[in-house]
Amino acid sequence: MADGEASSVRLVASLGVAGLLSGVILVGVYLGTLPAIERNRAEAMTSAVYRVLPGTTRIETFEVRDGEPVRYEGPEGTLPKGEAVFAGYGEDGHLVGFAIPAEGSGFMDTIKLVYGYEPTDRKIVGMEVLDSRETPGLGDKIVSDPEFHANFDALATEPRIVPVKKGKKTAPNEVDCITGATISSEAVVRILNDSTGRWRPIVDRMLASGGASK
Amino acid sequence: MSEPMEPGRFNRELRKGLWKENPIFIAALGLCPAMAVTNSLTNALVMGAATAFVLIGSSLMVSALRRAIPRQVRISIYIIIIATFVTSVDYVLAALLPTAHKQLGAFIALIVVNCIILGRQEAFASKNAPALAVADAVGMSIGFTLALSMIGAVREILGNGSLLGAKLLGAWYEPWAIMILPPGGFLTLGALLMFFAWLRERAERRPGAEDERRAA
Repeated sequence: MADGEASSVRLVASLGVAGLLSGVILVGVYLGTLPAIERNRAEAMTSAVYRVLPGTTRIETFEVRDGEPVRYEGPEGTLPKGEAVFAGYGEDGHLVGFAIPAEGSGFMDTIKLVYGYEPTDRKIVGMEVLDSRETPGLGDKIVSDPEFHANFDALATEPRIVPVKKGKKTAPNEVDCITGATISSEAVVRILNDSTGRWRPIVDRMLASGGASK
Repeated sequence: MSEPMEPGRFNRELRKGLWKENPIFIAALGLCPAMAVTNSLTNALVMGAATAFVLIGSSLMVSALRRAIPRQVRISIYIIIIATFVTSVDYVLAALLPTAHKQLGAFIALIVVNCIILGRQEAFASKNAPALAVADAVGMSIGFTLALSMIGAVREILGNGSLLGAKLLGAWYEPWAIMILPPGGFLTLGALLMFFAWLRERAERRPGAEDERRAA
């Protein structure tokens, strides 16, 4: 430990040098880990896309620019900087559907999810929660509860998705909520309603113009 | 400060963090991560490892630079050193262990304000040679990780019926969800503190304990 009174110049210099070194190190670490972090993010998203669009063997990434999807031309294994949607194609090259990421507020924090949308029948064919901070043991069942996820294997989105009490599902557009996690279940439904409402016309336009064909 | 190290000092500094000055169970420092990220053993271990890296790295740096750091701005410089290590760990974890990083969320960044780390710099690393500072940091890190792991193991078994993610208890076991919620952290820590206090008290009452203490 330095003794006595150090001059103010020395104090400022010490802090300046410490800050400068710290900054240089952090820039190095950031640049060094960035490719791996982006790869992880892209891998997590891609594997979720395959899961929410059963039967998909190839996917195509679209970048959303001014609300319209544009084919993403970036390097393989990366995601566009902004919003993205994915088209999934089957073995014979036919369009299985679109995987659409969506988010909205849950019980605790933002819920981020991705769902598979089948445009011909306008139904959801799969849903996966990517990120959530719901109550452990209760609300976080929206991530893993198999019965809840079965709701999204073939869910009609028109006129809109309706959450009902567990076991009360009778219509194809109803979702059985999780007991003890009603708010989180309803949040998922609300996010899906908002997102399908926004995307249905865009997807219809894309299909009409042949924008999603191979 | 360059006098030769007295024999056994290194070992003593290394071992004191394990139990005699255990940061969680004895000093009751760093309780925020001990509550927040101990809902599973995996999280506890990753948090322990991340904290260990930061603590050992910072102690080494602070001790090596202890003569160059002006006294008046020492705390600011410790924080800069600590924050640099923490941010690096944050990025490296996100790159190598994305699942664990997602689980621990903001708590990795919050290692900056973990009082064990700043405490060790001010109380020990800034006054001792690098070898001793590292011994102290390693001991404290192991003590911290052990404490977190104990809390994490208890909470994961009771709250989820599993350990390290592997199912331990069969379908007959209804998970005790409160144990992985915040109150479970307080309950578990309280129970462990009580248990260790009882052990300590028993050891003190043991005949001959008084002489041993005096000898030490």
